Amino acid sequence: MPVEVESKRPVIDELGREVDELVVNIGPSHPSTHGVCRIIAHLDGEIVVKAEPVIGYLHRGIEKMAENRTYLQVVPLTDRLDYVGSMYANWAYCRAVERLADIRVPERAEYIRVIVCELQRIASHMMGVGASGADTGAATVFIYAFEVRERIVELFEELCGARLTYNYVRPGGVSADLPDGWIERCREVVRWAPDRLLELDRLFFGNYIAAERMKGIGVLSQSDAIAWGASGPTARASGVTFDIRKNDPYSVYPRIDFRVPVGENGDCFDRGRVKVLEAIESCRIVDQALEQIQPGPVAAEGLPRLLRPRAGDAYDHIESARGSLGVYLVSDGSPRPFRMHVRSPAFCNLQLLGLLARGHTVSDLVVILGSLDPVFGEVDR
Amino acid sequence: MALVDSLTSALERIPGGGIILTSMDALADWSRGQSLWAMPMGTACCAMELIAASFSKFDFDRLGTFPRPDPRHTDVMIIAGTITKKMQPAVRRLYDQMAEPKYVIAMGNCAVSGGIFYYDTYSVVRGADAFMPVDVYISGCPPRPEALQDGVLQLRELIRTRSLTDAPTYERDLTQPGLDAARAGSTDAETLIGDVPERPASGAGESL
Ligand code: SF4
Repeated sequence: MPVEVESKRPVIDELGREVDELVVNIGPSHPSTHGVCRIIAHLDGEIVVKAEPVIGYLHRGIEKMAENRTYLQVVPLTDRLDYVGSMYANWAYCRAVERLADIRVPERAEYIRVIVCELQRIASHMMGVGASGADTGAATVFIYAFEVRERIVELFEELCGARLTYNYVRPGGVSADLPDGWIERCREVVRWAPDRLLELDRLFFGNYIAAERMKGIGVLSQSDAIAWGASGPTARASGVTFDIRKNDPYSVYPRIDFRVPVGENGDCFDRGRVKVLEAIESCRIVDQALEQIQPGPVAAEGLPRLLRPRAGDAYDHIESARGSLGVYLVSDGSPRPFRMHVRSPAFCNLQLLGLLARGHTVSDLVVILGSLDPVFGEVDR
Repeated sequence: MALVDSLTSALERIPGGGIILTSMDALADWSRGQSLWAMPMGTACCAMELIAASFSKFDFDRLGTFPRPDPRHTDVMIIAGTITKKMQPAVRRLYDQMAEPKYVIAMGNCAVSGGIFYYDTYSVVRGADAFMPVDVYISGCPPRPEALQDGVLQLRELIRTRSLTDAPTYERDLTQPGLDAARAGSTDAETLIGDVPERPASGAGESL
């Protein structure tokens, strides 16, 4: 439970002595910062009075670089945004381009996109849950989670030749059709995965130690989640039933039957558990999509190599593993985007750190950061 | 290292010491190469493959490589990912904190040369060797975990070819040409390198 604290200088301890707030720098290279985040933590004893994330250690200027590339050349850059779930950024960007250039995507391509993105959600959540496990001292969880992730990465590798930076979803469709027998192999994986995920759920969230470590830690209330613009599992763990797949349906999601797991308490435990439950739902989505997919073209016909969309702007968002991922594109009619902006859910969720960590111990700070599941490629862009 | 230094120079002087030295050399190199603990300097996407390499499917442990996120415990720094100008001093500082002998593996195109971010971005350092010595380069965006493991094996070979008597030269002189600070893209890279405190010259060999 968080302790009531107040940032004041000097701090008076319980014996009436004057003690100073201790400022501790965590990161940018710290095993539990999930990348290159730096946290400036103001401590009163072991209690965090204030935690400030310092970002920008992975600012690679992707948005600016996009202005020098043609619309097609930007796709590989979007891979490097959210590198735990590259397919999402590909897709969000392609949707914005398609909206801008009025491209109609063939149905098979939409199904493939849904399939790969749901697989990606599982893979990405496995990374998130595994890392939370490692943060709480349960490294076994990471290994279990990675087993599932590796199976999915293998499927992706077969699909597009890359294990991490896929460059698969392209404006107008996808880069290549599914290889022979891929559907069967994929079905096998998504039928096998739920059992493993349930086992993971029992192993980690059914564990007394994990529950003690994460319940009541970093509680995000429903109103705060909405007020701070949280999205994805972070918001849903707090009881916000917002999921773009349901609330602003896109692609073929309306034809698929799935539930959106929602947490109650908004603590680290719920944020982690929602991810596992979501991954199980994703298995169901992929299974249904594999049933429904029909043969057909996988890329829009007659698309020029050099897209010259109309002058104007377009925004589109999808539900990524971290939340609402949006891409805003401004075009001046030339073959290069005039401006690209990425609304990154990881960035919006990371800002909650200061709010959530207040009053918790340093060891909880690490767990809270892990539960927000930031990916710094996307935070810093 | 001081002990090794004085021991080796003493051995060189006694008759027949060369034979002992060579066998000692082989033993030391062998043992050094067998267990290269890695400091995972995962800054960006390549870090995912670095993590994947340490887990069950690829299992880094069987090569004796074990990720330890502490510069004092480790022999080799694996730079996995883009190094931005903001991150550069931290990477350099961690490298300086590592104990000799130390090695660096640049994993992925970003750490090798800046990779996809070479041409038109303002914030990325073009390759780790712009501000620190690199022993093994692994290309790929990202390289497969197997490629990383191959890099560790390459490093082992490199260690095998080095002699104990060369130990002090492990501390490479950063002012030498070839480490082109201009490749870091800005002049403040030079200042950063200049800020690094000078290591005391190891002249322990003379004391005997
Ligand atoms: S080399 Fe490629 S995968 Fe590795 S960090 Fe750079 S952009 Fe990411």
